[in-house]
Amino acid sequence: MGMTLIEKIIYGKIERHSSPGEIVVLPIDAAMAHDGTAPLMIKSFEEMGAKKVWDREKAIFVIDHISPSSNEGTSTLHKMMRDFAKKHGIKLYDVGEGVCHQILPEMGYVFPGAVVVGADSHTCTHGAFAAFATGIGSTEMAAVFASGKLWFKVPESIKININGKMKEHVTSKDIILHIIGEIKADGATYKAVEFTGNTIREMSMDSRMVMTNMVVEMGGKTGLMPSDEKTRAFLEGRIKVPFKELKADENAYYSDELEVEADKLEPVVSCPHSVDNVKPVSEVEGIEVDQVFIGSCTNGRLEDLRMVAKILKGKKVKARTIVMPASREVLLNAIKEGIIEDIIMAGCALGVPGCGPCVGGHHGIPSPGDVVVATTNRNFKGRMGIADAYIYLASPIIAAYAALNGKIIYPR
Amino acid sequence: MIIKGRVWKFGDDISTDHIIPGKYKFKTIDLDELSKHLMEGVDPNFYSKISKGDIIVAGKNFGCGSSREQAPLIIKHAGIAAVVAKSFARIFYRNSFNIGLPVIESKDLVDYVNTGDIIEISLTDGKIYAKDMIFDFKPIPDFLMKILEDGGLVEHYKKRGKFPWE
Ligand code: SF4
Repeated sequence: MGMTLIEKIIYGKIERHSSPGEIVVLPIDAAMAHDGTAPLMIKSFEEMGAKKVWDREKAIFVIDHISPSSNEGTSTLHKMMRDFAKKHGIKLYDVGEGVCHQILPEMGYVFPGAVVVGADSHTCTHGAFAAFATGIGSTEMAAVFASGKLWFKVPESIKININGKMKEHVTSKDIILHIIGEIKADGATYKAVEFTGNTIREMSMDSRMVMTNMVVEMGGKTGLMPSDEKTRAFLEGRIKVPFKELKADENAYYSDELEVEADKLEPVVSCPHSVDNVKPVSEVEGIEVDQVFIGSCTNGRLEDLRMVAKILKGKKVKARTIVMPASREVLLNAIKEGIIEDIIMAGCALGVPGCGPCVGGHHGIPSPGDVVVATTNRNFKGRMGIADAYIYLASPIIAAYAALNGKIIYPR
Repeated sequence: MIIKGRVWKFGDDISTDHIIPGKYKFKTIDLDELSKHLMEGVDPNFYSKISKGDIIVAGKNFGCGSSREQAPLIIKHAGIAAVVAKSFARIFYRNSFNIGLPVIESKDLVDYVNTGDIIEISLTDGKIYAKDMIFDFKPIPDFLMKILEDGGLVEHYKKRGKFPWE
């Protein structure tokens, strides 16, 4: 029997076959905690009496969730992280560097075959590089920082085969929202979700990461994509290990398979208050929008900002619009391409690279009763810091049109 | 390990945002402070209603969303003895064992009990006794049971000087 992509990655680590349900112990290639999870991790690490971090090159801190800090409490937690990083000699990406899930691949921590753990649920993003990447909690992260290893249950794999050329105005965000609408919020619980097909092959790395990012919204343990020339082009000059092509065997076993005809899909949105409440944009057209947020580890990359700038260039937004590049590198490239100028001239507010309004921790919190269109990945009640807000998740294209018109419209 | 207590019943897809809104977790790791907001997203007065030893019983996908360990931590800190749900989101499930909160998967219990009922859970036997019914659940793997008995991964490591996988 052939191996699925996740089974291949595990094979690469333990040098034997494993099967779903089996518990394996894997060495960790990168371990990340951010300002929402690192403070508890540090507390557990110290309470355990652990003395040192197993490998300074592989342990990473990122300050992105409340960044820059907005209050004394957070500043104190940030200091706790800086002190720990200094004491143990690990790398800390501080205020303004960007969102953890953008920084990790940019800085070369992620590569095909790697096992990546993050104290953040969207760690599954890195599966776009044919890595096994998954979220864990703070105490487990403390154990990883101390031991460099962790136990995993080998998951069953689901294959989602996506073919066809997307219509104009349809993006990878629409595909993944469509899939979550079908599979529902818990449909892939504990499973590895493997994406294949010519639509994926044609996609940029920016687009691919949108899809693996959202796998946790259907309960998935991780999302995975085979590595190819595009993966290589992104990683070249960034990673320290040799690049390798990694894909599932033809005769691998999947517990479920799903076919998606990408050429038939329309732009969609997730309606309040759950990610799997997915509707075609045409059904919600005309809903008035107070705030638009473009950014996050889902859709805050260069390609996203390009789409937005193209729509906004030379026009003025009607809704209050906040744009936040996912990282310093994205911001710099967007400045060089003139995108930032177009976005600012259109009347948007530009934020510091980081999580920003996505998680409702410091700024960009909607006003009571606001309707929000966001390019992020969660619209649970209270997600953006206020229970009385109605969040629609959408692609950067739909978000930009909503900004321009002050309401959700179907782009024509 | 036997747990006996009063039921608080919840629906499906209770996210970690419902259990503890993100805005609080960035400001402090003081559990007394955070516990006051327990379940605020579903029932704003929940914390004032519960007593030590109570049990949360919920529908599917309990603990979905963010990886915040504060969610199971404050459930335990507030005195909740266990959570029984149709299914759990995987990070929440792992986190619960790591901090020493027993969590049990039972497909049927939630449809049978109501808030206020008294139930008894035998972790070792894999049984839940509710009124005149007995519900079986899959026994918890040995190494997770050990972590639970020690009171979480930190205590486990302190006691044994190594992690279960070493
Ligand atoms: S951008 Fe949003 S979803 Fe992504 S890591 Fe930050 S808070 Fe989490």
